[in-house]
Amino acid sequence: MDFSLSEERLMLEDSIGKFIANDYDFDTRQRYASSDTGYSPDVWKQFADLGWTAVPFSEADGGFGGGPLDVMILMQQFGRGLIVEPYLENVVLAGGVLQRTASDAQRARWLMPLIGGELQVALAFAEPQSGYDSAHVITRAEKQGDTWVLNGMKGVVLNGGNADMIIVPARTSGRNRDEAGITLFAVPAETRGLTRRDYATVDGRRAAEIALAGVEVGPDAVLGEIGSGFTALNAAIDDATLAVCAEAVGIMRILTDKTVEYSKNRVQFGVPIGSFQALQHRMVDMLTACEQSLSLLMWATMAQSEQTDEAQRAVSAIKYQIGTAGQKVGQEAVQLHGGMGVTWELDIGHYFKRLTVIGQMFGSADWHLDKLAA
Amino acid sequence: MHVTFTDQELAFRDEVHEFFKNHIPADIREKQERYAPLTRDDHIRYQKCLYERGWAAPNWPVEYGGTGWSSIEQYIFANEMAEANAPDVIPFGLKMVGPVVYTFGNNEQKTRFLPDILASNVWWCQGYSEPGSGSDLASLKTRADMAGDHYVVNGTKTWTTLAQHADWIFCLVRTSSDVARRQEGISFLLIDMRSPGITVKPIITIDGSHEINEVHFEDVEVPVQNLVGEEGKGWTYGKVLLQHERTGTARVAGSKYRLKKLRAQASRSVRGAEPLAEDQNFMRKVAATEVELKALEFTELRTLAAVASGNAPGPESSILKFKGTEIQQAIDALYMEAAGYYALPYVPDQFRLEVPNAERVGEGAETLSALRYFNDRKVSIYSGSNEIQKNIIAKHVLGL
Repeated sequence: MDFSLSEERLMLEDSIGKFIANDYDFDTRQRYASSDTGYSPDVWKQFADLGWTAVPFSEADGGFGGGPLDVMILMQQFGRGLIVEPYLENVVLAGGVLQRTASDAQRARWLMPLIGGELQVALAFAEPQSGYDSAHVITRAEKQGDTWVLNGMKGVVLNGGNADMIIVPARTSGRNRDEAGITLFAVPAETRGLTRRDYATVDGRRAAEIALAGVEVGPDAVLGEIGSGFTALNAAIDDATLAVCAEAVGIMRILTDKTVEYSKNRVQFGVPIGSFQALQHRMVDMLTACEQSLSLLMWATMAQSEQTDEAQRAVSAIKYQIGTAGQKVGQEAVQLHGGMGVTWELDIGHYFKRLTVIGQMFGSADWHLDKLAA
Repeated sequence: MHVTFTDQELAFRDEVHEFFKNHIPADIREKQERYAPLTRDDHIRYQKCLYERGWAAPNWPVEYGGTGWSSIEQYIFANEMAEANAPDVIPFGLKMVGPVVYTFGNNEQKTRFLPDILASNVWWCQGYSEPGSGSDLASLKTRADMAGDHYVVNGTKTWTTLAQHADWIFCLVRTSSDVARRQEGISFLLIDMRSPGITVKPIITIDGSHEINEVHFEDVEVPVQNLVGEEGKGWTYGKVLLQHERTGTARVAGSKYRLKKLRAQASRSVRGAEPLAEDQNFMRKVAATEVELKALEFTELRTLAAVASGNAPGPESSILKFKGTEIQQAIDALYMEAAGYYALPYVPDQFRLEVPNAERVGEGAETLSALRYFNDRKVSIYSGSNEIQKNIIAKHVLGL
């Protein structure tokens, strides 16, 4: 066991920290979030130029050969900066599926431009009825000669409105909830029969409802083996779960720091409110939640990175922790900021909203606790 | 002691039920059913309905236009109102300044202000908090300086709910700094919002809505006739008002309705998924919240009974406030959990009446669940934060 970060990872952490300090203050973030795309294409290009979009991909694919640990570093920093650029959506989710399934031709067509920052991709992992069960796929794909015809609905597709290509899990055999019989299709967004309803999300990002009505794609759209798409889909979702937990840990830490700072400066009854013991203990609880969450995050990410026996349980453990302790930290940060905490003007509320949305994604606390209890 | 209603109370319940079923304007009912926002005019039309029936002010004495209801009747009324999904009454006039005026105001003020409050002819807002005076309200700095027959008011009030709609504002202002205790030298003033020198600046909350404001006063002239009670005694009056306000912020009836609705919703399949009611974890949380709420309901009934026998709500109203708001927030979290991914879309505009349900993203109010959860973080902050409520109980109930 060794918990120290390599020199390379320290440099990555440092360079993102500098980027946020120099180029990504809260007002800038708010401007990007409220733009038509919900993020800055220029910043996205910059991420690609800095090599951040290449981090988890193999050198053969033009990546840096990094893994979950590198993504953990990156996402913690993105949490601190409250970055809205669709890194999770493109690199972790869509990229995670592509690197596991794509053929050489598909890598050249989809993965390389994704890494280069020239292509926006989304993974449509949820359906309106599926909840958190990503095997609950009722969107169907039927083969007619050489053509696949897709019909169905995909719900709350993160980055779905901005995507040039959407990875669509569809059922090619089996029953509605079977893991077997799910096939992944790379569907260009402009394909006839695919319609999108793009909207902002409550945390200042973008998603879309996507309807597929007789969408026709060729055999080159199939990613991986027919009927065995679930493995890659599930692995990408596990990666994404860890990634948002890392982002949450970054957010929890900055919320705690900012709350402590505020309590030292806000004077009521003639003294800083941080001098009240009732509030001190609550901030100690916030700090403890940060430390405990970071510990679980490091354990889970190392387990995932090394594919230990505990890897799957570790993902559920950290997501449960974020869903409970993370939410509590967010609520306390708002509460201790008083009225200011619920204003749009202050960053606190926006961190809290992102933390809340992370709690809603990839399985609630109870959903993961059920897995751990089983 | 008995827990069932008498025949008389049952008859009263039927009467109230019939009223809310058949006598609320149809467009307002439709807006409520479809989660559409209400306009200023909607609120006024609705409250005038209550007024015309003589039910605008269940908590006022009969001589000023109140109902003279027992605490049980008031409880029945609040429950039927919530059950009918009728809008909440805007509290600032009927529940806050009204009781202060009839308790501490002079006859001229009672004649001048109470009828318009009762009939919802005038929209009031509350000027208590200031940027530097939140939990520590007595540190307020807005000044009212006497200048012959009027005061000159300067300062800033904040978190002023619906000031953008208001005709009048009631304010706590400092009329003297030369006092032994900071609670002295504060006065209770009624101010016409059309007075020159008042500006209202919107504050947007984290859910993106405009509900609260900052109100600035620059050399605003207020006639001395608008001072309620004695100069320098405003803190006492303001505290009585806060105790009334805190009783109201428990919102027990509203929480009961929301939990009942959540159960009904959980028993149905949404978008082809299994009904949530099959999820033991979720239903146990619903049940636990129901137990908390039942306890609070009877605590509130006991408080109301004490008020009916002539006591103003005491420091115990702080328990109602902080437990009631904790329960509201717990219910918000349950609704958001039930919505899953459909808590994410930020689509408040789709709840305008002209947008058909079929064109809306998510079922029912799923996409409002996170917004309500965010917005309701305010309830443990406003009306004296929950921390302040516990301080009050520690000091005034436990004597610590």
